[in-house]
Amino acid sequence: MRLTQGQFSFLPDLTDAEIRAQVQYALDQGWAVAVEFTDDPHPRNAYWEMWGTPLFDLRDAVGVMQEVTACRQVHAGRYVKVLAFDSTRGFETVRMSFLVGRPAEEPGFELVRSQGPGQQIQYTLRSYATGSPAGVRYAAPPPPAGGAT
Amino acid sequence: MSLVLSDPSAPVPATDAPPTAVDLEALHRDSGIDGLLDDMDRDLIGLVPVKTRIREIAALLLVERARRMLGLQAEPPALHMCFTGNPGTGKTTVARRMTGILHALGYVRRGHVVSVTRDDLVGQYIGHTAPKTKEVLKRAMGGVLFIDEAYYLFRPENERDYGQEAIEILLQVMEDSRDDLVVILAGYKDRMDTFFQSNPGMASRVAHHIDFPDYGPDELLRIAQVMMRDMQYRFSPDGTAAMADYIGRRMRQPRFANARSIRNALDRARLRQAGRLFATRDRLLDADDLQLITAEDLRKSRVFAE
Repeated sequence: MRLTQGQFSFLPDLTDAEIRAQVQYALDQGWAVAVEFTDDPHPRNAYWEMWGTPLFDLRDAVGVMQEVTACRQVHAGRYVKVLAFDSTRGFETVRMSFLVGRPAEEPGFELVRSQGPGQQIQYTLRSYATGSPAGVRYAAPPPPAGGAT
Repeated sequence: MSLVLSDPSAPVPATDAPPTAVDLEALHRDSGIDGLLDDMDRDLIGLVPVKTRIREIAALLLVERARRMLGLQAEPPALHMCFTGNPGTGKTTVARRMTGILHALGYVRRGHVVSVTRDDLVGQYIGHTAPKTKEVLKRAMGGVLFIDEAYYLFRPENERDYGQEAIEILLQVMEDSRDDLVVILAGYKDRMDTFFQSNPGMASRVAHHIDFPDYGPDELLRIAQVMMRDMQYRFSPDGTAAMADYIGRRMRQPRFANARSIRNALDRARLRQAGRLFATRDRLLDADDLQLITAEDLRKSRVFAE
């Protein structure tokens, strides 16, 4: 099941040129861009791990793309997203967020029903992937030729 | 990543085949660098060899662009530069102008200058330097990285100095990201020469060496007048004579830093002018009084004490 979170998630995966254009838009608005990754794609998992500190004071998207590429290489089998934070007073919030990397195979979510007293049914979602311990949840794709070890 | 000629007004070939002729004059006109170069000629006093070199570089870049349009060999030109000269000769100012020209010709995408010194690049402990340098490089992407007093990066007397690490990262980026970043090194001529001797890799990657000559006394006086005009002050006639006198004396003193010394002298003259006006505050002042720097304001300087 293809994970749909954040912007553009119902579109085909963005190409690098498209990601770069979006990042450049964010930088042109004066937002700080950050790269985050996770292997727990539950929609309520708001705290993804940060790939370094957010990138402040950048003017050109090339710097962000270097980080995106590095993060995708190291965390090839995980979800990677790009965030743009608007520090303007009154906003101080994330203005953009979109996935830039996903595992080759996404097992999706299980709908868990638990029966409580009085035939009451409680529903919850569970990612199939989180059944395995962190780090081995997704099959890592073969490393790119000549890639980092 | 290929360099994109983003100028929409540049002539675009109608078909996929490269055009057979290119109008250099139109290319020149559309790039708008003429205005920038003329501004530079007008605003920057003296520096004739520097201006000539920058015009040459601008012409080279324009021709390079024309070659690209005709489908000729179009290696991205090496643009890293080295500005050498004494303090206050306008290296930083020219770097900003140069950035404007590179931006107008489409050789840097954003046209900002990130000005750094050793402290911004070199860390204090093992493993600190690389992230620090990379951070600066990321900020400079799409613009110009101006490294002031670049020779401090290399400290031959300390073989465990982290400066070498910064130089190596810098070299790699200078080579790999030529489309993304232009590096300008600046500093004193003799120390820069030593730096290049001990870092041949750096020397071979810097294509343009521009030497900034010291200003002559009359150039400094014109600089003083331009600075005064920009700050909305002006000299009284005897004030101009006093300034010329001041410049002659100051140039013979140690630690003379060309235009920077002039700026400092003017700042102190403004201070004395304010003191003079304040001492006679019982009378009404008009705009002229507030703008005028008299000989008295200048002649109280320590320079005249000897």
